[in-house]
Amino acid sequence: MEDLLNLAGTNYRSRLIVGTGKYKDFQETKKAIEVSGAEIVTVAVRRVNITDPNKENLLDYLDPKKHTILPNTAGCYTAEDAVRTCRLAREAGVGKMIKLEVIGDDKTLFPDIPATLDAARILVKEGFVVLPYINDDPITAKKLQDIGCAAVMPLAAPIGSGLGIRNPYNIRIILEQATVPVIVDAGVGTASDAAIAMEMGCDGVLMNTAIASARDPILMAEAMRLGVESGRKAFLAGRIPKKLYATASSPLEGILG
Amino acid sequence: MVTADTVFLLIMKVQVNGEEKEIADGLSIARLLEELQIRPGRVVVELNQDVVSRAAHDSTLLKEGDALEIVHFVGGG
Repeated sequence: MEDLLNLAGTNYRSRLIVGTGKYKDFQETKKAIEVSGAEIVTVAVRRVNITDPNKENLLDYLDPKKHTILPNTAGCYTAEDAVRTCRLAREAGVGKMIKLEVIGDDKTLFPDIPATLDAARILVKEGFVVLPYINDDPITAKKLQDIGCAAVMPLAAPIGSGLGIRNPYNIRIILEQATVPVIVDAGVGTASDAAIAMEMGCDGVLMNTAIASARDPILMAEAMRLGVESGRKAFLAGRIPKKLYATASSPLEGILG
Repeated sequence: MVTADTVFLLIMKVQVNGEEKEIADGLSIARLLEELQIRPGRVVVELNQDVVSRAAHDSTLLKEGDALEIVHFVGGG
């Protein structure tokens, strides 16, 4: 049976979700997405530059048949602004799935949890499929799944920090109690970080900077695809327990006397 | 002196993406986008904090003091 990520009733083959920020141009963005194999890609909502409106548009480089566009609420510091951004995004006609992030502080970019909960309640009521970015906090994760979010997205480490999963024990608790997919969002630095998240049993990984700001973003996109895939397979295969002492791999019988 | 052949071009002020703009009185959103050379298919417009559906761009006429936001998708994580 094919191993699929089910998000709010839609199946995805790829468990890697990628952002579209920080690339040198749209060509590179497109190529990195292609190589990553990601089917869901995040975008931000911003004002059009009205003095130079004829610039190329990101959507000219993303095929809506191949990719699900996931608008984010990056840059929003209040529930009100996040909800407003989601309503604008929905009118763009890319569906009703949104990545909710309400930022609490511009130095850490950690989420403002009370505001995230407020926004999630409103958005779920309005029919959005809400994927919230949160701390690695099991209580918050539980509250958001109870509100009706389609997934929970705990950070591995601060956005863009590349530190990898800093609190695997909290992620484990989140996984244990989750009734919705758990997607590690933010803080991944390299392929092994993504693999570790997947080996733990996370349902997916969302990243932007780790690919876009790598020396070779296209090669890193491939590395991340493989990291997520191998981590997932290792999780499904079931790793051996860790032991302190050796266990011989070769038979002990028939050794020359 | 105002004479019979003086042409009055009625101008009003609106806010577009935080900037004050002088536009013809009673302009529709569709016409404003055209004047700004913005492709309507790639943007979403908000008028006084309410989203305006694309279907309503033609029929929505602007008034003095209106605040518009014209947004689109950009790269983000």
